[in-house]
Amino acid sequence: MTELALQTKKICKSYGTVPVLFDVDFDLRKGEIHALIGENGAGKSTLVKILAGYHQQTSGQLLRKGQPVTYQSIGAAEADGIVMIHQEFNLANDLTVEENIFLGKEVLKGRLLDKAAMRERSADILQKLGTKINPRTRVKDLSVSDKQMVEIAKALAFNSEVLIMDEPTAVLTSGEVEVLFRIIRGLRDHGVSIVYISHKLDEIKEIADRVTVLRDGYWIATENVSDVSEDDMARLMVGRELSALFPPKDGPPKARAPVLEVRNVSCPKYVSGASFTLHEGEVLGFAGLIGAGRTELMECVVGLRRRTAGSVVYRGKPLSARSYAETIQNNIVYLSEDRKGKGLFTSMRLAPNVTILSLKDHLTKLGLLDSKREDATLDQTIEEFEVRAPSSRALLSQLSGGNQQKIALGKMMQVEPDIVILDEPTRGIDVGTKQQVYYFVRQLVEQGKSCILISSELGEIIGLSDRVIVMRSGVIMGELTGDDINEEEIMLYATGLKGGVVDEPAYHN
Amino acid sequence: MNQLTTTRQAKLKELRSRMSWQDVGPFAAVIALMILGTTINPTFLSAANLTNVFTRSAFTGIIAIGATFIIGTGSIDLSVGSMAAFNSGMMIIFMNYLVKTWGASWAVILAAMGLSMVLGAVGGLINGFVITKGRIESFIVTLGTMGIFRSLVTYLADGGTLSLNLSMRGLYRPVYYGTLWGIPIPLIAFFVVAVAGAVLLYKTRFGRYVLAIGSNYDVAHYSAINVNRIRTLTYILQGICVAIATIIYVPRLGSASSTTGLGWELEAIAAVIIGGTAMKGGSAKIWGTVAGAVIFSIIGNILNLSDAISQYLNGAVQGLIIIGAVLLQRTSKDQ
Repeated sequence: MTELALQTKKICKSYGTVPVLFDVDFDLRKGEIHALIGENGAGKSTLVKILAGYHQQTSGQLLRKGQPVTYQSIGAAEADGIVMIHQEFNLANDLTVEENIFLGKEVLKGRLLDKAAMRERSADILQKLGTKINPRTRVKDLSVSDKQMVEIAKALAFNSEVLIMDEPTAVLTSGEVEVLFRIIRGLRDHGVSIVYISHKLDEIKEIADRVTVLRDGYWIATENVSDVSEDDMARLMVGRELSALFPPKDGPPKARAPVLEVRNVSCPKYVSGASFTLHEGEVLGFAGLIGAGRTELMECVVGLRRRTAGSVVYRGKPLSARSYAETIQNNIVYLSEDRKGKGLFTSMRLAPNVTILSLKDHLTKLGLLDSKREDATLDQTIEEFEVRAPSSRALLSQLSGGNQQKIALGKMMQVEPDIVILDEPTRGIDVGTKQQVYYFVRQLVEQGKSCILISSELGEIIGLSDRVIVMRSGVIMGELTGDDINEEEIMLYATGLKGGVVDEPAYHN
Repeated sequence: MNQLTTTRQAKLKELRSRMSWQDVGPFAAVIALMILGTTINPTFLSAANLTNVFTRSAFTGIIAIGATFIIGTGSIDLSVGSMAAFNSGMMIIFMNYLVKTWGASWAVILAAMGLSMVLGAVGGLINGFVITKGRIESFIVTLGTMGIFRSLVTYLADGGTLSLNLSMRGLYRPVYYGTLWGIPIPLIAFFVVAVAGAVLLYKTRFGRYVLAIGSNYDVAHYSAINVNRIRTLTYILQGICVAIATIIYVPRLGSASSTTGLGWELEAIAAVIIGGTAMKGGSAKIWGTVAGAVIFSIIGNILNLSDAISQYLNGAVQGLIIIGAVLLQRTSKDQ
């Protein structure tokens, strides 16, 4: 019989009076990669938080190598070799890599810090991970993927036996994902057990040994990954047959009126001379690697970022917009990729989040805020987007990621936009909600509105876009239509093997 | 029947979930302190004493209403006490100058009130402008202007005291000592400012934007809110509150010196925090601030009326109350 690193027996968990986990049995073998999947709100986070000592179960048993244990704190779980790596990093940005790795567990020489020993061990661990990060760099100067490596290094510095990873690839490029997978496999081969939470089923197929599916707080299945297909996993998660993930496109593009003409827009360091045209009733996809300047280009277009050159014309009318407020008045709205950092007020209730762009439509005759009207707008949004919230007076932070995103879409729709610019609209949300977003977008363009879609998920770009523009290092490399919209073509442009600016002055000098 | 009780229970439950210690706490503390005051010395409850207590809370209270907006955005204004002193000095100089040509008349007082409002608004504008355009921490900018205003009043008074012309003093006196329908005018002003503040904060777009900025600066920016403009407006609003407090304060003593308004900024901030407004912004409680200001002046009064604790320990007791109030808010939030 295989040795079990961790096991739960009939674990239940309630927050206050709200039960979120019901009799969950889960086991993690020594030296395996065990994927944990489920829709938002299925209880994945709650389960791993119990494993890692963040929360304690309401009833049921947690076994570590066959022995019953209860972790009263994160520290207790870590001391027992269980470490969780968060989706949002837990690093002190102003400290160096080595200081972060040993944070809270500093090596001492007498009463003073033994910096030399810590430096040596940090360098050693980082080298084992195969990265070239300098241990003396400040964390804030690292790329997102390097921060991830530091998190892993931090876990490994103390010989962790169980590593819990929550959506580790959400912010990584495909090359970085390869590196991460190589490291994870290496850890497994050294006997480390890994719990791997992800929404990306293709990744799970590639990396995991076994997969456990949760739905609505119940254990649904545990399977060998080799025995199930991606479709099987999706079906188990949703609990019903999933109809086509993407809605059918309109067929071949017709001659459509241009609604937004962007010419030679530049923004130092991020975008140089970008031009494109958005037509009525189309989804225009923007593909590219992370850091290609797509977000910055759109921020320039809507007036959230100052552009140093170029023009933007909306339905024949030049937009000189220095402010986003002006752009919104022209019915163009932008959905940020950073939902918690830029999109929504997590500490506020739902209603003020939904109405913040449209407060002037929620006033009484005296010009004061009309809370009844705001509540009505919220109710309408909850109904239209099928938001699942504990109550209509809940705080935004109490909602799962997918439901938060529905609130973000609802907020955006309050300004009755003609053009919507969606930046990574399905990041970190489950497959059911993703499908809902896709159908919503298609429905919008069928009503004659236009949509720009930025996404790092190629499947999404290909499945939803009528036309695709590929960016690389702040430059528009090319435009794809029809059958050319496929993975190979997009990657050729995104990596610079095809297309690009023919006339680049710098080379002539 | 059964259904009725369950709906009633549900309503009660919702009400309970809406009310928290943060909302009720400051008012409970006011009542508790009043009971304590009465047991220590029955004269506490006399109309004369209570009027005195509430009237004294008016200065810092009015300033604290403005501070509630600033702290609501997650910023701070340390300059209010010095600004009040500078305003007082300028009002006195202005009135002493005008009285020579206009004679002692209400026109002089009204002109000085106007000057105070303009100075307050301009002072706030300067604070807000430097903070937003210069992208400097509000703490640093207002620490600087605090010193500037304070030394300006010292300079104007030539290190001594600026005194209001005696005939003007008699005329102006009722603004502090007078009553309307039996209620002291400072109290009426405090109440009016509080009501206006509550409407502004809870019922207007400006108020919503204030809380939005305090809740998350970036999200506010990405929600098409002109963050700099709103923040500057909160400082102008604070300046106007200081001006109103000054207008009521000047007739009280009829003088201004380098010690006028000393420590008011800290008392105002403390009143805001005790009232349940979060220091990091995003949530602000006008009526809590009112209660916070009242709490301070009750404590001072109780110490005056009792022999148990020396009134020199007033500051220590206030300090304990501030820390205790925030601790209580913290624990109730964690539950």
